[in-house]
Amino acid sequence: MSPSTLLLLLLGFGVIAFFTARARGQLLKPAGGVRPHSRPNYHGWYVALWAIVPAAIFLFVWSIVSPGLVMQSVLSDPAAAQLPPPGMDRDAVLNEMYGLASGTIEAAFNPLAEQLLPIYRAADHFYALIATVAAVLLAFAGAAFAFTRIKHEFRARTRVERIVMGVLLAASLIAILTTFGIVASLLFESLRFFGHVSPIEFLTGLTWSPQTAIRADQVGSSGAFGAVPLFWGTIFIGAIIAMVVAIPLGLMSAIYLTQYARPAVRTWMKPLLEILAGVPTVVYGYFAALTIAPALRDFAVMMGITSASSESALAAGAVMGVMIIPFVSSMADDSLTAVPQSMRDGSLAMGATTSETIRRVLVPAALPGVVGGVLLAVSRAIGETMIVVMAAGLAANLTANPFASVTTVTTQIVQLLTGDQEFESAKTLAAFALGLVLFLVTLMLNIIALRVVKKYREAYE
Amino acid sequence: MNTVPADLVDAPTAPRTTDWSGPAMQRRIAKRYASERRFRLVGLGAILLSAAFLAFLLVSMLAQGLPGFTQTEIRLPINFASSTLMIDPATLRGFDADTALAGADFEGATAAAADAAFGADGARLLSDGAWLKVRDAVKDDPEILKGQAEIWVPASVAIDIAAKGDGAPEAEQALANLKARDIVKTGFNLGFLTAADATDPTLVGIWGALKGSLLTMFVTLILAFPVGVLSAVYLEEYAPKNRWTDLIEVSINNLAAVPSIIFGLLGLAVFLNFMHLPRSAPIVGGLTLALMTMPVIVIAGRNAIKSVPPSIRDAALGIGASRVQVVFHHVLPLALPGILTGTIIGMARALGETAPLLMIGMRAFISSSPTGFTAPATVLPVQVFLWSDEVSKGFVEKTSAAIIVLLVFLLAMNGVAIYLRNKFETRW
Repeated sequence: MSPSTLLLLLLGFGVIAFFTARARGQLLKPAGGVRPHSRPNYHGWYVALWAIVPAAIFLFVWSIVSPGLVMQSVLSDPAAAQLPPPGMDRDAVLNEMYGLASGTIEAAFNPLAEQLLPIYRAADHFYALIATVAAVLLAFAGAAFAFTRIKHEFRARTRVERIVMGVLLAASLIAILTTFGIVASLLFESLRFFGHVSPIEFLTGLTWSPQTAIRADQVGSSGAFGAVPLFWGTIFIGAIIAMVVAIPLGLMSAIYLTQYARPAVRTWMKPLLEILAGVPTVVYGYFAALTIAPALRDFAVMMGITSASSESALAAGAVMGVMIIPFVSSMADDSLTAVPQSMRDGSLAMGATTSETIRRVLVPAALPGVVGGVLLAVSRAIGETMIVVMAAGLAANLTANPFASVTTVTTQIVQLLTGDQEFESAKTLAAFALGLVLFLVTLMLNIIALRVVKKYREAYE
Repeated sequence: MNTVPADLVDAPTAPRTTDWSGPAMQRRIAKRYASERRFRLVGLGAILLSAAFLAFLLVSMLAQGLPGFTQTEIRLPINFASSTLMIDPATLRGFDADTALAGADFEGATAAAADAAFGADGARLLSDGAWLKVRDAVKDDPEILKGQAEIWVPASVAIDIAAKGDGAPEAEQALANLKARDIVKTGFNLGFLTAADATDPTLVGIWGALKGSLLTMFVTLILAFPVGVLSAVYLEEYAPKNRWTDLIEVSINNLAAVPSIIFGLLGLAVFLNFMHLPRSAPIVGGLTLALMTMPVIVIAGRNAIKSVPPSIRDAALGIGASRVQVVFHHVLPLALPGILTGTIIGMARALGETAPLLMIGMRAFISSSPTGFTAPATVLPVQVFLWSDEVSKGFVEKTSAAIIVLLVFLLAMNGVAIYLRNKFETRW
């Protein structure tokens, strides 16, 4: 029986166990005026868990162990004596055998694979039978053991609840595991990359050309991995151009919505602005590449800038800025409304107009919150991928000309990891080193931003 | 006796009064009010500019994409009796029908028929996949092989674009000729909603990518929702205040802000290179997106649980419920609308996500819709990305049409989220 059928059967058995045990629990009568400790449902759950969990754990462990056991018995067969010594050739034969057994290939190139196939099948069958029998026995034994414990005073509820708590704890540990997985995989691959290229060269080098050669002896086969042009491109697009667009628009939108707009306008305009953040980035990227970039290039050429590229930093940055507007505006909104009403009233009572109150009192008071919001927005902008992949270029230029083409960290990660790749090359590993830098920088920005915002909130509480 | 220096004494002993109605003050006030109005207008302008950009984006996508849902077809007369197709209609009723169809040269026969009908270059008026329609027609009704038939087949990209009003002069000319013979029509392109990716823009469809998206979202949902809700419950209701809990909280808050492409790198390193799961498969995409969506659900779930008033918990505890019963019988059902709203918003974000899926190889060209969770697949946003890279002009409208489909789905999801929030959320 295949493991998935077995698992389904097991679940079915668990359901039966649940209902049987619950019925048994319902038969428990109050003794001496005291009701049974646990309600029937808990007895049901208790027995069902005993029926399913041990058998499921066994099946899981078995699914890891059994391929090795099957292999062992195939190799110990006399026919396996003809197998080539361990290595590539042996693996090729064995892989063909697996292919035949699972039906993914129709005929083997190597006759030995066909010869071993019946032995493999027999062994596989044998161990599958053991697994089935053992799982069925475990399930029945577990259920029977739990069933006999259903008594008037048996504390089924506490035991079930203890398991529930364990599951809850396990679920919340997944977040830590994910963080750990990110850090470990990025660090591990980056360390391998730094075995090829020195970290100093990576962080300070001015030339980026990761194209490694096809032949090993070709000139310049190692490529150049100076990432400074990428860092500059990322900052230029994400932290400068996008922010020039997003900060004024986002801040002024928030000011208008919180201080001037009528409530009806506010309830309509705020979700409308938030749609900007909900549009998928690939749509922005397509829009930037198809509509904005050509228009900007034509404009630049009209203005007499002949070097204008159709993949300009300005197009990608401006569209990214529009995407960021809701982030800046909602953070600014929060900090403006958090400024105590008394400060506003005081300023107005002194005869200041609304705009003077906003500029001289509210914005300075809300500044830490706004700065925190801007930092979060920057962290989001530099991690943004699709807009720059589609609208920014691939040329690693160190230029401050917004009409020229620059490239970013995320663009290069996508570029390095899509298409043909071999996993060992410095070119592929470089993507992980870039990812590590990106991860660390966004992490730092987030921590600083959250700290600034938190401190500021405390100041007014 | 101290004397105040003369220059510190106000010369007239009467207090200086401001002449509020004087011309200087009036000018000053007028200036301040003007600046007030300017400031207000700038604020309004900022909002209108943002809204205008959104409107421009949506309108331009609609304008470019709506023609993508239509297709130009040409009525092609074929004389099967005299064509090079050597199939006996009788064989098409037997079991070997597909073999017989596969062996026949429909491509040549269609091209020959087009040349015969529209002159020397007639075949170029038709889509590269026109013969597929001819084959289907023959399959449906083998009797037509005995004589003549007229079959609607898709027109070439050039003709299609010309019919939609943006063609090259020679295509316009050819279209005018076809129109004069009344054998061309532009109608709804059902194939776009039912087919998968193809190399020819007249044959592409969105269904393959849509199905891939649905499979991926299913995996994401069944992984991220339980884990997210359970860890939200643990952190909000049971977690002791210690260093471990702090670590979990910091992890979750940071994961919510990690760039999505980093999750792609994680998926590539762990799921593909370490665990050897199949490349381009919805299961890997779903796993990767689940890791990304989980923190969103946890944060939304915690907020929803936090907003359930303590009196509910106290009341349940007071009548003898255990702590687990309090949460699962009372708190969780009350928090559910908020949790669901957060989940839908997180899923909408995952549906539009492209970058992490590019990392795990979901950018392959896949010409049939995926058959299962481990089959190679692509998803809607990646399909948009792939089509946007195509050089053929016919792909522009298809890309925008795919974007419209994607936006419709996102809008529907957000609509449901807003509806749930308004309908079920209780203000305590």
